[in-house]
Amino acid sequence: MTNIVERIKTALGPEMAGPGLAFVAVVLVFGIASPQFLSAATFGSVAFQLPELGVLTLAMLLPILTGGLNLAITFTANIAGLTVAWVLRENGGVDAGIGIFIVGCLLAVLVGAASGVVMGLVIAFTRAHPILVSLSMMIFLRGLGEFLTRGGDISGFPAFVGPIGHGSIAGIPVPLIVFIVCVLGWHVLLGRTKLGFNTYMIGSNLEATRYSGINTRKAIVLVYTLSGVMCAIAGIIMLARFNSVRIGHGESYLLITVLACFLGGVNPFGGFGRVIPVFVALVVLQLLSSGLNLIGANQHLATAVWGILLVGVMILRWVASKIRISIIRRGS
Amino acid sequence: MHQATSATVGEKPLLSLRDINMTFGGVKALKNVSFEVRPGEVHCLAGENGCGKSTLIKVITGVYRPADGAVIEYDGETYSHMSPVTAQDRGIQVIWQDLALFPEMSVAENIAFHEVLGRRPRLVDYNRMRRIAIDALARLGVTLDVDLPLKEYAIAQRQIVAIARALIGEAKLVFMDEPTASLTQSETDHLLDIVRNLSDSGVAVVFVSHRLAEVLEISSRITVLRDGALVGVYPAAGMTQSRITELMTGKTFDQHVRARPKDDQPVVLEVRGLTRPGQFEDISLTVHRGETVGITGLLGAGRTELALALFGMLKPASGSISIEGKKVRFASNRDAIKAGVAYLSEDRLSLGLIQPQTIADNLVIASLRKILSGGLLSEDRKRSLVSRWIADLGVRIGRQADAISTLSGGNQQRVAIAKWLATDPKLLILDCPTVGVDVGARAGIFDIVAKLAESGLAIILISDEVPEVYFNADRVLHMTQGRIVGTYDPRLARLEDIEAAVYA
Repeated sequence: MTNIVERIKTALGPEMAGPGLAFVAVVLVFGIASPQFLSAATFGSVAFQLPELGVLTLAMLLPILTGGLNLAITFTANIAGLTVAWVLRENGGVDAGIGIFIVGCLLAVLVGAASGVVMGLVIAFTRAHPILVSLSMMIFLRGLGEFLTRGGDISGFPAFVGPIGHGSIAGIPVPLIVFIVCVLGWHVLLGRTKLGFNTYMIGSNLEATRYSGINTRKAIVLVYTLSGVMCAIAGIIMLARFNSVRIGHGESYLLITVLACFLGGVNPFGGFGRVIPVFVALVVLQLLSSGLNLIGANQHLATAVWGILLVGVMILRWVASKIRISIIRRGS
Repeated sequence: MHQATSATVGEKPLLSLRDINMTFGGVKALKNVSFEVRPGEVHCLAGENGCGKSTLIKVITGVYRPADGAVIEYDGETYSHMSPVTAQDRGIQVIWQDLALFPEMSVAENIAFHEVLGRRPRLVDYNRMRRIAIDALARLGVTLDVDLPLKEYAIAQRQIVAIARALIGEAKLVFMDEPTASLTQSETDHLLDIVRNLSDSGVAVVFVSHRLAEVLEISSRITVLRDGALVGVYPAAGMTQSRITELMTGKTFDQHVRARPKDDQPVVLEVRGLTRPGQFEDISLTVHRGETVGITGLLGAGRTELALALFGMLKPASGSISIEGKKVRFASNRDAIKAGVAYLSEDRLSLGLIQPQTIADNLVIASLRKILSGGLLSEDRKRSLVSRWIADLGVRIGRQADAISTLSGGNQQRVAIAKWLATDPKLLILDCPTVGVDVGARAGIFDIVAKLAESGLAIILISDEVPEVYFNADRVLHMTQGRIVGTYDPRLARLEDIEAAVYA
């Protein structure tokens, strides 16, 4: 029994404490404040809003773990969405078949991957700072997207695209299923594969990792490539949900993905952080905004409360570490 | 506890401490320690890491306040505790190992900023600064360009700048924490001359150093601490390095030459004419199965560069490397590891181990394919692989998931060795494996090295401490300026002769 508890603990890691506590607090506070909070409606709204931000956060997570950052996530996602839209429009628009859509999605994933490969190569070989490299990519993609769309919306997709954004299978929203599959994929990638292992090691000390015989360049290129692929998935979800593509969609998510990672216990300098706590952190953020909505607060206030929550968590972490140190001192 | 010399030789001590107790969260860092320094004396404070040396210095300089009952007598006055301001005003100076200098600022600013700042009018008088700096350096018999930024100077000159700064405030008592740790022999000699001059001019110097040879050379008395308690105070005359080591660790070490001929064994590594201009030239050497070849020489002799070339991380311009008779050309260290070469870095903190990560992850990083199961990393395999190596090499750890940085230097080094052994190497290159390892734990590292050699591993042992290679290698090569200039058989050569050649 204790063995199982130990195993669950090590699987989740110490990062779970912050988001776990925040989750309990949010559920308790809103559960008391609003009787409708603990209902299927809340679940439904969270389940539909979570995936976009969630998949983008997964795209941000890998680079952060290597000690980097990918500022191009939202524009990569929309350029990928644009790829799908272009394939659909060139092949019949509203009348395009499922086959065409699948081809479009594959191309979109390739486009996302390409954005990642370029960033990864530049970061790995020139050792330029990831913030600068991804910032350049972000500006490039935004300009490219605005040029291609003339700054407007692209819409007019076949009817079967909508359900990918709004539909449910056995009562579970389709985007949520996609997101959970992605979360599980990342969980296995980071916890059980060589690439995941190397990602953590590179985040703590790139040179020492290289001295240990790890191909650090390859690992960095792969990390940014996978980040780009995840962006493409987010782009397809956004296309289906809004039933349109616009280069600026979800732009405000960019920094929130970074903060969601930190709320999930990811070390801002790399090397530490797990997927499941980040997932819980995302749920907390969505519950918070749904809860505020329910008690009649202004929608924009939710974003402000997110900021307060994150600062609060950081202060709590600091307090907790102080307490831990004083306990250790007294104990010995 | 016994007093080896009587404290009173007619001279009144400059500093005298009695009944110093210091506790950190239940751990007694200092237990009833007494300590005494005479005016103008060079006194050595010796002990392993964690024995309380730094704590004692911090009590004397007022950083820590000792438990009640402490008596500190300094220069005719008695204190129950010092404060940093009093210590500084009364002429107590410390030169910490990290020097605490400003690399971007000029030599003059580094030496004199304290003199010039905080005076009115609040204007910086650069001429005065330069004069003070030049005077202070002249006192040490050194001339440096005081207008150059400090970063232009090597570590040895920076050390001198730190000393010069300590001396401008009429110092009477100077503490030096490992001042020679990163100096070459000639630089060390120069530094020791400066210390002698200081002593002659009446400044007492307390010297903290791991290098016992220079401790014996420079100091008149030695205070030995162990586990926060005083072991004794001894005159340097008549002391030997091995005696100090025994006093510091409480254990006896009998060092003997382990060398045995291995020429009849098959050749593992054959290097012919290996050259990388500016780093090493025309290196030829052979290592047999089960043989330990020692490479010694001063810092900057090209030892590490040679090792990195053998490990595929530097490309030689010409020459050849063969492993077990097959010529190899490494595009990266991954090729070298595949060919059976392992390299333990001299820089354990930033290159050898990934300090924030766990013991287990550090141990398996170079041999991940061994813990794969169905294409995925297996926690169970990792745990059993790590347990086996931890037991094999006698590493003392808490949990496998603890950060490697929580281990002592000696235990970290064992994990680093295990990490490479897990790759099944044929050749293990150990680059200064005892750096940052306590004297007491060094013998344990060399016992492991001997056992590995016995099991047939070919080993290259690099060290700038000649006795280490002399006692632990089958053959000793001497490198200077990128070339191998001497080969010794420890069974035939005398340690003193090799040392004379290396430190010449």
